Amino acid sequence: MQSNRPLGLPRMIAGVIGVVVVVGAAAGFAVAWRPAIAAIELPAPSSFDPALVKRGRELAAIGNCNDCHTVKGGGSFAGGLPVQTPFGTIYSSNITPDVQTGIGRWPEEAFRRAMRSGVNRDGQHLYPTFPYDHFTNVSDEDDAALYAFLMTRPPVDAPPRANRLSFPLDQRFVIAGWKLLFLRRGLYQPDSTRSAEWNRGAYLGEGLAHCGACHTPRNGLGAERSNAQFAGGDVDNWQAFALNKQSPAPVPWDAEALYVYLRQGFHPDHGTARGPMAEVVSNLSSVNESDVRAIAIYMADVFGAPSIDDRKRGEAVLAQARSPAPLTLDSNVNAAGASIYAAACATCHETGRALPYGGVNLALSTALSSPDPRNAINIVLSGIRPVEGERSPIMPGFAASMNDGQIATLLQFLRDRFSNQPPWSGVEKMVADARQSQPVLLQTSSGSHDAPRESMRREKR
Amino acid sequence: MMTLKVNGRDHQIESDPDTPLLYVLRDEIKLNAAKFGCGLGQCGACTVIVDGKAVLSCVTPLLLLEGKQVTTLEGLGTIEAPAPIQRAFIEEQAAQCGYCIAGMMMRAQALLQRNSRPTDEQIRAELEPNLCRCGTHMRILRAVHRAARLMETADASSTIDGSVR
Repeated sequence: MQSNRPLGLPRMIAGVIGVVVVVGAAAGFAVAWRPAIAAIELPAPSSFDPALVKRGRELAAIGNCNDCHTVKGGGSFAGGLPVQTPFGTIYSSNITPDVQTGIGRWPEEAFRRAMRSGVNRDGQHLYPTFPYDHFTNVSDEDDAALYAFLMTRPPVDAPPRANRLSFPLDQRFVIAGWKLLFLRRGLYQPDSTRSAEWNRGAYLGEGLAHCGACHTPRNGLGAERSNAQFAGGDVDNWQAFALNKQSPAPVPWDAEALYVYLRQGFHPDHGTARGPMAEVVSNLSSVNESDVRAIAIYMADVFGAPSIDDRKRGEAVLAQARSPAPLTLDSNVNAAGASIYAAACATCHETGRALPYGGVNLALSTALSSPDPRNAINIVLSGIRPVEGERSPIMPGFAASMNDGQIATLLQFLRDRFSNQPPWSGVEKMVADARQSQPVLLQTSSGSHDAPRESMRREKR
Repeated sequence: MMTLKVNGRDHQIESDPDTPLLYVLRDEIKLNAAKFGCGLGQCGACTVIVDGKAVLSCVTPLLLLEGKQVTTLEGLGTIEAPAPIQRAFIEEQAAQCGYCIAGMMMRAQALLQRNSRPTDEQIRAELEPNLCRCGTHMRILRAVHRAARLMETADASSTIDGSVR
């Protein structure tokens, strides 16, 4: 009986919905599906040109690959580092040529596809914690060099760790949608109105060096906000400072200062690279000087030429740093902060000795002029560890000798004395939070211990 | 005037609140175990224990110590009755010139109080801030392991000052 009933409106709607679902699924499949690329036998290390491997080593250092793909105490490039994101924890993969757990059976084509579009050899989408939104611009030649370098590393048997993501983000096809929205593929297009050095710096800085991955704020879907490029971001409970006009640096950066900072890890007018940036400068110390200079030239342009006012302010701060006003304890409203500063900090920071033997005068500190006190908090808590085998700044941490309130008191004194910015709020609570995150922080910022052996030594001057 | 608790005793201190603890210990209380090395918190010779944690006394102003328990090497043991950490350093002959050793012992003591059987790697990581120019590091390492064994068998209350908890 029922079969004789004509098609009613509800059934038509159901039919239309059904067709839409099927077509949508097919379209989604077409967007999300990627073929596997056939596995190869592990190529012998001797099959790679040594000059290409050497070039690849430098490119891997510029790309900071070891920072995410090596855990403390683990094999170089064997992966397993937990990367905390607002969406859950994602573990880095093993990029050694191990045939079972690494990329030993990947042909170069599969490696290039991963760099260009974030897809592994099996055709699975990779999470954009792997910054292929930057690596997509890397040239064929540079991908070939990186591939040659990685395929000649010692293979490490390190099975991948399962990501901790909730549904639906644990479904990799979701990433295809993210890519539709945010992955802009395309090789670097040189700007003919600029110098070759500038173009080289732009290619590296926007691409392999992926500066924006930390220094550009991200939107609700975890993608870099294209309308706020280099406006500052968050990484591992550190603030990655703004590198554009909004830079809080008391003394404006220029290409020469950036070069020195990126190359040796500190600059007398700006202070010391620390937190996640410590690993970056450690890597950059081992690469071709001209590439670091190119990045510096491009990034100086991103900062922009300072205004006359900014330049004057910078000169005034430098003059103040060279001949600091005497520290008077009695007249100070924050006597406790001043006393802590006098005994714990001034012995290094007000001696007038240049880095790395003296502490930087804190009037030059970007951390103290920044709207976010977290970097200053982190540095007071854990100090600066010396870099193995070279002259480098060092500072003891004060986590054991100061409580949260005392650190907050000290920081408010420093903020008042050394910046022209309004007081921070909520510092004490942020100190408590930083203590909670310290184990993670120390794990990921102890940098040079994780670096591959060949990039650990900086050139000696 | 402020009260400072050192090795279980209260001391009335006249120094200014911004005076580093090291100067108060050596000049005012006349406890000379903690040494002045660099005065910059970079060598560890001045290490003492404050509320169970190793602290660099040369960069720790007095005002941070209100209500806290300070322990110096003198508070651990004496020549007649050395503490396990001191016995271990003597038995391993871990001192050459000895200038860094008081600081080494204090930091090792703080480690052993929260981790009674540290590994080689943990000891190395913990003692990293303390410098030794004579180069007795391997003996120091052995001494810390020996101290851990001695503490396991010793009656802790008779050798470790009550303030060190």
